[in-house]
Amino acid sequence: MMKLSLGPILWFWSKQTVFDFYGKAAEWPVDTIYLGEAVCSRRRELKPDDWFDLARDLKACGKEVVLSTQTLIESEADLRRLRRICDQHEFVVEANDQSAMQVAMRNGIPFVTGPSMNVYNVPTLKVLARQGLQGWNLPVELGRDTLEELISGLQAEGLDLPAEVFAWGFLPLAWSSRCFTARHYNLPKDNCEFRCLEHPDGMEVRSRENQELFRINGTSTLSGSRYDLMRELPDMKRMGVSTVRLSPEHQGMDEVVNRFDQVRRGETPVTDPLQLVEAPPCNGYWYGKPGMELV
Amino acid sequence: MELVCPAGSLPALKNAVDNGADAVYFGFRDSTNARQFAGLNLNDKRAAEGIGYAHSKGARVFCAINTYPQPRGWQQWTTAVDRAASLGVDAIILADMGLLDYAANRYPDLPRHLSVQGSATSYEALQFYKDTFDIRRAVLPRVLSLDQVKGVAKHSPVELEVFAFGSLCIMAEGRCYLSSYLTDESPNSKGACSPAKAVRWEETADGSLESRLNDVLIDRYARGEPAGYPTLCKGRFEVEGDVYHAIEEPVSLNTLDLLPELKDLGISAVKIEGRQRSPAYIADVARTWRQALDRLDSGPDFAVDPAWQSTLAGLSEGGLTTLGAYHRKWK
Repeated sequence: MMKLSLGPILWFWSKQTVFDFYGKAAEWPVDTIYLGEAVCSRRRELKPDDWFDLARDLKACGKEVVLSTQTLIESEADLRRLRRICDQHEFVVEANDQSAMQVAMRNGIPFVTGPSMNVYNVPTLKVLARQGLQGWNLPVELGRDTLEELISGLQAEGLDLPAEVFAWGFLPLAWSSRCFTARHYNLPKDNCEFRCLEHPDGMEVRSRENQELFRINGTSTLSGSRYDLMRELPDMKRMGVSTVRLSPEHQGMDEVVNRFDQVRRGETPVTDPLQLVEAPPCNGYWYGKPGMELV
Repeated sequence: MELVCPAGSLPALKNAVDNGADAVYFGFRDSTNARQFAGLNLNDKRAAEGIGYAHSKGARVFCAINTYPQPRGWQQWTTAVDRAASLGVDAIILADMGLLDYAANRYPDLPRHLSVQGSATSYEALQFYKDTFDIRRAVLPRVLSLDQVKGVAKHSPVELEVFAFGSLCIMAEGRCYLSSYLTDESPNSKGACSPAKAVRWEETADGSLESRLNDVLIDRYARGEPAGYPTLCKGRFEVEGDVYHAIEEPVSLNTLDLLPELKDLGISAVKIEGRQRSPAYIADVARTWRQALDRLDSGPDFAVDPAWQSTLAGLSEGGLTTLGAYHRKWK
């Protein structure tokens, strides 16, 4: 059976909200949980030890835990946090940047690549497999045809590298050193007043014709529509996808997990509609079309 | 510091060399490079002529093969590496790890530069690329502040090249999928951002001008207001009732003021963006930067000539320039 994973929380939530979320997630039918701050170095509601404690708790609940790393590494302080995450031998690390791969390799820690790592072809995977790669995420802009070629290419090479697909949530599309939330409030990034805490689903960016385009979320920009590949699960299974990633939202996530769980078991989900933040669905990337489109 | 200029065409290449470029970079006429524009870039014959011209004047030539091949395109990309090698370029500029591996094994003596599309923003990342693919040089993304560049430069295992002038990408390059989200092409997949094929201009009944990208309204200009190309991150959008440049204003990067600091940091080269620009533009920019670099090397008291700034401002998007992320406040 395909595994379900919860990606790292891409938003900035209070410490209590994060603990409550994972307290519930411990009971959900997800197999793998990615923990850690993948977006902004200023988001420190949870200290490294909080994350480690959480990781051990979830592991004790039977979850496979992977520690995620920051995507855009800019400073020595960022590297210090990264080294801290890689200074352990209990958990696999999700490398979201080559810096993380380098540190993990040096420490002999197994790693997987997150969706922001540019894995576009089999020779790239072959190189990384030699360095300790245990699994990989499909970059969000790639579609099913490329995925199928990658998986069959790996099989032809005799490489067992499980593939994971970002299948539900707002797509992480870009990272900047600029903070767009602070910019909206005319605040300097270094004194941002942590306004992201007020926006647990980011802030909508609309065209002047009221079309949802993006969601700004601190230094990251996400899709304005919610990617939803639920109905593609049978196709993914046929192809040999190992894990289906769901990206955390602060409301209704239990419903999302249950639905995906039903579909991966071959059942038809009955609960409808979902009580979630209003956003149109999209799946264009999967079909090789503009990501915002719905096929 | 070496002056590296764009060569989107043979006349641009010649103008760059004639006006003081130490090196020029070009791509082939397909999606193997990150500036895929109709009518732009060089075929093999033109490339050979350009390389011959540059070498005869003592300038070096780099070939950019810096997009990310997918399985069905793999051979086209390796062929591009083969072509560049047989043309006798002085270095190839790559981003994809698979392609770096191919080049390192097949042409170990052909220097490899890590493209800005390789997203290396720390010395640990540079060490990865150095250890794994023996790169000689890396181009740093335009997201680091000067202090952060200093931190990278201090421990860098390879030569560093930084962007000096031209369009400003404000997202970490190589990891921006905004363009393929609105259109079906991105810098990574097709070497195109906000591709021209998806652009549409419309005049409305009240005389304002609208720019669209795959039908999405990017900006609307009042009658007489200067309009710019609808690069999607530079449009005016609405966030919680405010309409503004929510991501970035249409401005250009200009780091003339930072030249002494960049030199002190041991930066090896400054890069001019703009393979899509005209030969006349390239000539003006190359000449200005040559003068600045010569002045920098001539003595300790470097001062920016106001004439250089006004030349560069006249060539910039919206007539405006910024220090971008090099200047911490920009963030």
